[in-house]
Amino acid sequence: MTTLSTDVSSLFAQYDIFGAFAMTLRLTGMALIGSLAIGTVLAVMRISPIPSLQLGGAIYVNVVRNTPLTLILVACSLGLYTQLGIVLADSSSSTFIVDNNIRLAVLGLSVYHASFVCEALRSGVNTVPTGQAEAARSIGLSFGQSLRLVILPQAFRGAIAPLGNVVIALTKNTTVAATIGVAEASYVMKEMIEFRPDVIFLVFGIFAVGFVLIVLPVGVFMTWLSRRVAVTR
Amino acid sequence: MNVNPLFDAPGPRTKRAFRVANVVALLLLLGGLAWVVLVLERRGQLTAAKWEPFLTSDVWSDYLLPGIGGTLGAAAWSVVFAGIFGVVFGLGRLSQSRVLRGVSGAIVEFFRAVPVLLMMVFVYQLLIVYRLVPSDRLALTAVVTALTLYNGSVVAELVRSGVLSLPKGQREAGLSVGMTHGQTLRSVLLPQGITAMLPALVSQLVVVVKDSALGYLISYAELLRQAEYVATNFSNYIPAVMVIAAIFITINFALSAVADRLARRLRSRTSGRLAPQAPGLVTSTK
Repeated sequence: MTTLSTDVSSLFAQYDIFGAFAMTLRLTGMALIGSLAIGTVLAVMRISPIPSLQLGGAIYVNVVRNTPLTLILVACSLGLYTQLGIVLADSSSSTFIVDNNIRLAVLGLSVYHASFVCEALRSGVNTVPTGQAEAARSIGLSFGQSLRLVILPQAFRGAIAPLGNVVIALTKNTTVAATIGVAEASYVMKEMIEFRPDVIFLVFGIFAVGFVLIVLPVGVFMTWLSRRVAVTR
Repeated sequence: MNVNPLFDAPGPRTKRAFRVANVVALLLLLGGLAWVVLVLERRGQLTAAKWEPFLTSDVWSDYLLPGIGGTLGAAAWSVVFAGIFGVVFGLGRLSQSRVLRGVSGAIVEFFRAVPVLLMMVFVYQLLIVYRLVPSDRLALTAVVTALTLYNGSVVAELVRSGVLSLPKGQREAGLSVGMTHGQTLRSVLLPQGITAMLPALVSQLVVVVKDSALGYLISYAELLRQAEYVATNFSNYIPAVMVIAAIFITINFALSAVADRLARRLRSRTSGRLAPQAPGLVTSTK
């Protein structure tokens, strides 16, 4: 037991494990904002009554959903940056490469998860029966009123559970940013295992438990929230 | 008429407004597309030299076809093992023994929470440290193991929610003709549960195919890795990425279409109304 605790403390002393998870959380937060923004626009496009917007949204979602995230991130790094020379950070800054990689990763993660956010929001709208809109109209509410008072509140509540799944998937998917050299959890774990193969199980255990500790509470909270605000029908 | 609770059926004036908006939106979308093409053109990405390699049989036989083989091979092995893993632990979670339920639940929840990439890297290094498989099988074994553990857990959840979505009478009927709990589970509930879940299981294949691209990180010779070799040889990254994206999208689109078809055909095959939903399945990539 003493060797285990010395191993653990030496690993934590030698490697910035908390820093790695901080990067994971940072990527999650930034990509969540990005994907919510793009995803909301897409959802509005897909549920709008205008056919060409619907088509554009549908094409985006179907193309992105069927493309591997790894491919998207590699395309961001090698395609956008190396080939097309598109930079997302100040190229004269001393931390340019790190900053640029992080932002490319956030871009790729946002673009990818936006399609799932869009579908989550759309499924929320789909949980609202058409009768609700008809009832709203029949008691004389205007279009804006029925949207604001009757339909959207129900749609948002219906979207919470699927959005929770997107958040969890996004958290886990930030590990793919290791592909383009962002020092988040999986990247640091890979390094640690390469240098300390003697404690390989311990290293994996630390990172696996780290993810369980992040992901499970999010899942429990979102499930609780979606039940709490659920519209009983 | 699409059933959209958000909008009224449009009147003549709204219809006219929609038509205008439609044209404007279409122009915007086309404008965006034209801008992308223009940027690619200006950066010299649309020259014939960059695209020609994909018309030669050598590039396909040396790189892309082996890459497709690697991707589909890893996916196929993972699907078989994940199916076995999923049925075993799905039944475990439905067992009458509290211990078995607890253990199966813990295993399933653990492998669903840990990112696939983390497991892949761990298994890869583990195989290297302990020399468990021949070196030419290292990457494949790691990819298949990681995909099996994650997707097996997802299948276990699908099996469980498929069985739980069945009407109560199915189980009662099994018990009343003298079957044990285990027999009822295996010969009455499981077949129906799996049938109910078949569309979701097929859509999970899309996730497996996409996730096999994570093998890129441990140098498994899948499509993305092979495309990178092409790109290095001919310095045509953008065309290479576009070509393999098209291949991935085609494969996965076909799988989704099969899932949709199945869903429609199977709607009448199980007893009672089924709207099976397992948490967090199709949205996740890992």
